[in-house]
Amino acid sequence: MSGAVDRQALHRVLAERYGEETAARLENSTVAVCGLGGLGSNIAIDLARGGVGKLILIDFDRVDISNLHRQQYKAAQVGMLKTEAMAENIREIMPYTQIVTYNVKLTEENICKYVADADVVCEAFDEADSKAVLINTVCEKLPEKYIISSSGMAGFGDGNDIKTRRITDKFFLCGDGKSDVESEKTLVSARVSLCAAHEALAALKLLAGKI
Amino acid sequence: MVKINGELTEAAGKTVEEYLSSAGYDKKRVAVELNGDILPKCAYADTVLKDGDSAEVVSFVGGG
Repeated sequence: MSGAVDRQALHRVLAERYGEETAARLENSTVAVCGLGGLGSNIAIDLARGGVGKLILIDFDRVDISNLHRQQYKAAQVGMLKTEAMAENIREIMPYTQIVTYNVKLTEENICKYVADADVVCEAFDEADSKAVLINTVCEKLPEKYIISSSGMAGFGDGNDIKTRRITDKFFLCGDGKSDVESEKTLVSARVSLCAAHEALAALKLLAGKI
Repeated sequence: MVKINGELTEAAGKTVEEYLSSAGYDKKRVAVELNGDILPKCAYADTVLKDGDSAEVVSFVGGG
């Protein structure tokens, strides 16, 4: 399936670009992506391409036709579990990324169990309450983990307003902080993926030791 | 004075819970950083803001 792309060749091209030490650090890293919608589907692909060795993909939902305008799924995948569809897409792009999928809804009670193996947790939910629960739970119960979150990327607002801020030693926040989907009424692929790229870049920098 | 979200306020003496209510925050949608750490939600009612404290209330909005 992966044709002429073997594991050593993929490692070599990453090592040529990042340096051997950074490539190895990323390959030995694990990131949990919590939610596989507009943010999470883009984050997961950015991290796989970026050389992260293992991804924990968590979502309870199925791909819907209304997702195709901004989420990294294909029309043929409508109806599939997002976890399975995203695992399939990543395997086509980067066949040696280890993938663990959990088809569950994360709650305050089960979060710690599902993200336990991650070095970095990426919050990629759509509901504000769920974002707050994940951040508060990880910061309180798993204080050794890095967590990256997003708030404010709805609508047609300025792309330059999307920023990454370090709130504590372990907690990073991306987005413009205010563009709410409830008031903006829409989510635009380019702006959501911009915010996703902020999360993915923060994760890669942390894992590479460049923050 | 207590610095909250970059601005000096008269919140000294209030608990975090009292401050959040008076400022109109929805507690279900926030994370509170106080002097460099995220304050556990169970501590909001017992944590009194003091002169010199620095806090940030992260108020999440929907979309993703």
